[in-house]
Amino acid sequence: MLTIAGHTFRSRLFLGTGKFSSAEILKQAIEAAGSEMITVALRRVNLDDPADDIMRVLDRTRYVFLPNTSGARDAREAIRLARLARAAGSGDWLKLEVTPDPRTLLPDPVETLKATEELVKEGFKVLPYINADPILALRLQDVGAAAVMPLGAPIGTNRGLLTRFQIEIIIEQARVPVVVDAGLGAPSHAAEAMEIGADAVLVNTAISVAGDPVRMARAFALAVEAGREAFEAGLGASRREAVASSPLTGLDFIQR
Amino acid sequence: MKIICNGQTKETRDGISLHDFIRESGLNPGTVVAECDGVIIRREDYETCQLKENSMVELIRFVGGG
Repeated sequence: MLTIAGHTFRSRLFLGTGKFSSAEILKQAIEAAGSEMITVALRRVNLDDPADDIMRVLDRTRYVFLPNTSGARDAREAIRLARLARAAGSGDWLKLEVTPDPRTLLPDPVETLKATEELVKEGFKVLPYINADPILALRLQDVGAAAVMPLGAPIGTNRGLLTRFQIEIIIEQARVPVVVDAGLGAPSHAAEAMEIGADAVLVNTAISVAGDPVRMARAFALAVEAGREAFEAGLGASRREAVASSPLTGLDFIQR
Repeated sequence: MKIICNGQTKETRDGISLHDFIRESGLNPGTVVAECDGVIIRREDYETCQLKENSMVELIRFVGGG
């Protein structure tokens, strides 16, 4: 089982809650995914639509809420969002996200490291969203990150595990769980991340914008389970040349 | 009196508590987090936090996000 900051999770599929067409579909997708870790964002209340409240459908006692700091452009803004999230009653969990460039939404490594240091001191369980940089991952675990969340591809792109080589190094070196976050667009991408030893994956867009988000949530759950099982079973080595699966002997009757 | 809430000017009664203001805005104080003049107000202090003329209030809540 997966343990992050002393909390145990049966499911290795974390689910983002953005861009679902309705609260009801979101609720069903969470059930189908079997997720126990759910990300949320913090935004100003729209005073003209006060009833639009996602917390109506999310049972806080059943899931760990992982608020993100999306929208933060530097450490200062991320820290302010983190404190607000804690005041909102989400506990100490935090997906730290510092993305100064709206075009790429790539995370700022310097500000992410600074904010992690500060927030760990304040008692947060910090899961920083990072580019797939093995050195940064080490630096973050050294300052007390509870896990690291390297991206497979930029947020919302559905392009898969483009950073596989670096993620393999991160996994090799990590003393904290590695959660592959962002860019996983198909169950096969999630399975691939799990097969190379990721501890979990976080998926949002690929599920929320699918033709049938509830079935896609189930598809991802199956893929994550399959990928993990394969990792634990131990994949066979890959080779350049063929190795026969059937015996090469006992063919005398046909090979004259 | 007037206060500024989420960037909008709102007319409300003198000395209203943060808790009542949130309620009267049609919101659930249990799921909203509030900042008053740049300071985060703890939920247990919503009832005793009195708004003043020109108080700057930010009401924030969780929304769907990755």
